[in-house]
Amino acid sequence: MSARNADVEAQLARTWSDPPGLLGWLATTDHKRVGRRYLVTAMAFFALAGMLALAMRTQLAVPGNTLVGPDRYSQLFSLHGSAMMFLFAVPVMTAMGVYLLPLMIGARAISFPRLNAFGYWMYLLGGIMIFVAFALDAGPETGWTSYVPLASSDFSAGKRTDIWSQMVNFTEVAALCVAAEVVASFMVTRAPGMRLDRIPLFVWAQLVTAFMVMFAMPSVMVASQFLQSDRQFGTHFFNPGEGGDPLLWQHLFWFFGHPEVYIIFIPALGMISSIVQTFSRRPIFGHTAMVLAMVSIGFLSFGLWVHHMFAAGLPPLGNSFYTAASMLIAIPSGVQIFCWIATLWLGRPRFATPLLFVLGFFALFVIGGLSGVMLASVPLDTQVHDTYFVVAHLHYVLIGGAVFPLIGGFYYWFPKFTGRLLSERAGKVNFWLLFVGVNLTFFPMHWLGLAGMPRRVYTYPAGLGWEWANLAATAGSYIVAGAVLLFVGNVAWSLWRGKAAGDNPWDAPDLEWATSSPPPPWNFTQVPVVEDLTPLWTAKPLQWLRGLKSDKREMLLTSIAEARPQVRWGCPDPSIWPFFSALALTLQFIWTIFDPWGWVWASIPMAIAMTIWFWPKKSEPSSD
Amino acid sequence: MTHHVLAPAADQAEAIATVWQGLFWPNLVIYLAMLAALAWALWRRRPAADEAPGLRAKHTHHWGLALLGWTVFIAATLTAYTALSFVQDRRLLAREPDALRVRVTGEQWWWQVEYPDSDPSRQVTTANELHLPVGRMARIELQSDNVIHSLWIPALNGKQDLIPGRRTEMAVTPRATGHYRGECAEFCGLQHAHMVLPVTVESPAAFAAWLDAQRAQAAPPASPSATRGKQVFESGPCALCHAISGTDAGSHAGPDLTHLASRPTLGAGALPNDRAHLLAWLADPQAHKPGTNMPDPKLSPAQLTDVVAYLEGLR
Amino acid sequence: MCSPCRRIERRAGFALAALLALAAVGCERERREYASKGPPTTPPGAVRVGTLQPGTPLPTPSEPRGRHFEGNAYHVNQGQQLYKWFNCTGCHANGGGAIGPALMDAQWRYGGSIEQIHASIMQGRPNGMPSFAGKIPDDQVWQIAAYVRTMSGNAPKYVAGGGRQGMAVAPPLSRVPRLKPKTTESSQ
Repeated sequence: MSARNADVEAQLARTWSDPPGLLGWLATTDHKRVGRRYLVTAMAFFALAGMLALAMRTQLAVPGNTLVGPDRYSQLFSLHGSAMMFLFAVPVMTAMGVYLLPLMIGARAISFPRLNAFGYWMYLLGGIMIFVAFALDAGPETGWTSYVPLASSDFSAGKRTDIWSQMVNFTEVAALCVAAEVVASFMVTRAPGMRLDRIPLFVWAQLVTAFMVMFAMPSVMVASQFLQSDRQFGTHFFNPGEGGDPLLWQHLFWFFGHPEVYIIFIPALGMISSIVQTFSRRPIFGHTAMVLAMVSIGFLSFGLWVHHMFAAGLPPLGNSFYTAASMLIAIPSGVQIFCWIATLWLGRPRFATPLLFVLGFFALFVIGGLSGVMLASVPLDTQVHDTYFVVAHLHYVLIGGAVFPLIGGFYYWFPKFTGRLLSERAGKVNFWLLFVGVNLTFFPMHWLGLAGMPRRVYTYPAGLGWEWANLAATAGSYIVAGAVLLFVGNVAWSLWRGKAAGDNPWDAPDLEWATSSPPPPWNFTQVPVVEDLTPLWTAKPLQWLRGLKSDKREMLLTSIAEARPQVRWGCPDPSIWPFFSALALTLQFIWTIFDPWGWVWASIPMAIAMTIWFWPKKSEPSSD
Repeated sequence: MTHHVLAPAADQAEAIATVWQGLFWPNLVIYLAMLAALAWALWRRRPAADEAPGLRAKHTHHWGLALLGWTVFIAATLTAYTALSFVQDRRLLAREPDALRVRVTGEQWWWQVEYPDSDPSRQVTTANELHLPVGRMARIELQSDNVIHSLWIPALNGKQDLIPGRRTEMAVTPRATGHYRGECAEFCGLQHAHMVLPVTVESPAAFAAWLDAQRAQAAPPASPSATRGKQVFESGPCALCHAISGTDAGSHAGPDLTHLASRPTLGAGALPNDRAHLLAWLADPQAHKPGTNMPDPKLSPAQLTDVVAYLEGLR
Repeated sequence: MCSPCRRIERRAGFALAALLALAAVGCERERREYASKGPPTTPPGAVRVGTLQPGTPLPTPSEPRGRHFEGNAYHVNQGQQLYKWFNCTGCHANGGGAIGPALMDAQWRYGGSIEQIHASIMQGRPNGMPSFAGKIPDDQVWQIAAYVRTMSGNAPKYVAGGGRQGMAVAPPLSRVPRLKPKTTESSQ
């Protein structure tokens, strides 16, 4: 590059660098550093929750096993579910958004960078809390769904359920923070020229997810507060003896719970679109249909929750309505599958590990989706609800629909994150090992559910014919563990000795590939101008806009629909106060598990930390 | 005991198995078709002309129509599924006027089964076993006063939850005699795994005979050992929780034991019901069903033998 | 291996070691114990039911099992269930007392420590309190005694839950103020 460019970059490096050492590590507002942290933390929780699953599968390998007793087993499955759903699945999708969204839309930073950091610390501290509780024999014990009255004080003694309930609050705070950032980033920080019809599907997926988070999370926060209130203060939200209703919990929980699984699934859809596009070497067929499909999945997912309650004795006509609604959501999913296959057909597929994982998605997710359509039918659901059939279904849709695209996404974006490529050979072995392992573990469970095996049992009797399927599932789970270890090994080795990647090793079209690998803290030295849906595939080279200052942290805000440049917006400097605020809120959350006075006394450090955080400074955001 | 969803032995389970067949086979075809389309898309032979990435292929118009057709196909299939589901669901909701009434109450971790009758002296209360006459609809009322349970007898019908504060109901019209396995299908605490309800479907005559036998008071002890056992039962910890009609033991905190010896299992499926297992159970219930609400009664070996001798005679 | 990897590995190692250490210690309040705890260590009859003693009063021996049951949430919870099943409510209502004395106040005729409550249940008391020795197993009597202690706020904090299913017949146990037992010599 020219000497002037090198000067500009040196100045940008000074402006956008974090303070050195521990302070910089704690105070960073760089969305890429926070995003990387989210990823590493989420994968750590994935590994821990996976070990819990291995313990369960080992217990269930043979009938009448005495490896794990009923109390410990109930903690295992409760924490496995809670950690996977709250501490892995949503945060990891969040993480990919936090890292990639600003890059994909050509922005220098994410909106609300300090809120981003705050959300991460809340997530980390909440996750640590629940695992420490588990180690202290105080882990959750009533399932990740925690139905009342089992979760009431009468049947769940001690503080176990209160700690679980508060963990939910930690993770919901983090999710809501990111949701706000995603929406704001989508609306006003897109590169000039990135009109609504030129926005990548990954970005649309993150937007839909963010709106869903904002509507779904409050429901579970309300539910968990009601539960804690019932357990600590003797309120009667769920107590039928005093006019409450145990089904209220189920409604509130599943109103969140069903959109939750789509919150996990929709970002994966975005990743699949990115990968299919790049490795078909053509834009996704039916771009508008794809956007509409994701938006409609987002809307429809809020109208399905009662299908988790078909056995609860609700009025039949209502149940039938929810059957129809649950079937309906298969239509936009089917549209998406068609469009991806069409893209591959019309394009020139290139087989690399990311595409392999996407193919795994097709094979696995559609099984889960079709078993889901069967579960949508009320009479059939009354037979297989709460059995291993459901366990099979949910793992096929979550592993096939979220984990496979995610790992494909890791193989795809790892070069961008780190500047090095993951080993392709190890990647292919990784894929096949995981694919075989997942099928061996979960396919027999369809049969087990039909054969009468219910969920959440710590042992089962011999002589019912369930032995071989359980043994196969256990064997499969160890293969899955091997695949995960192989992935971790691949990452570790490639960080050390992987091939250098360059800016765009896959010849991909989106904006994140227009900057270096890994990107500098300021993402783009100049502002990219977007004139096409696939900016890096145009015959004309990408245009750049000069004008943002390099001596002060600045980004360009654009209009919502047409993405015309509007204002230069100052970004905040690194700050330690989001971290201290997270510590203060953590103190408050943990204190109030035990004593309501925590709402009063712990508000003081919260108020102090947040006041200092928000105190207007000379270098604060100002429009120019 | 049969317990498979696809081996129905009652009208209701039959209706549900029809839904299964109606959904499973088309789904299988759709899945294989999707895989075939994917394989074709990946491995079809393409013209050699090298296009730069990003140029759209020329004939996407046909693909647009194909997408529309595919959407219509999915919608039609799902409508058919919904219709089939609705029709069969309404069959499950049918009720007959002369149905047998049964009431099942979920406890931690056992089932209380009652056969109500307008004449109070003819009511039957038992635990951990359900008998039904073949060919006649039984309306099973479900209730719980502790946590949510779910009664699931796969061979006879889908499951229904037992929810505190609500009354739910399940109808079963068995068509084949035999023994079927029922179990709890909603996580209800430590011993959710051992909450089996064995169901026996028999001819109407055999059913009436069983009901009469249940109405009878407990058989008197048949041996000196059994007499001593009855003494221990009434004067020791047993009577605090268990009832045996015709004796001084009248508590309803735990399962009714009046006809214990005629039941298929002990501890709601924790152990088979025979002398050796009954001895082992009474010696240490927590070893076989850890977390159960039955404490160790701390009986001496002689007392254990006597109590078992007495309980064995309670047919 | 690269140095950041080594650093991560070391940190992960510390975290895992810390977790394992915590697991070894556990939390007494939360442990679920179903197996019997064995015979009592204090000989029966060593518990005093009155405060009248010649000379300097000797303290009642403190049974460590009493502390243990009182401090365990599972045992208190089981005690709550047994209190209902064994019909303690028949005379004592839900702590407010009916034909039997109240259990949620500070007045105790025969002593309000857990050992004394245990003795009262086992031995029976004049004017209507049955003797449950040989009827309710010893561990279960400790559980009931532990629950009774929570009614007057005398169990360790956070052991008793605040909610209660069914009709609201007593204040939430987590909000009950602590009323230290006073033994009265009343002969009503």
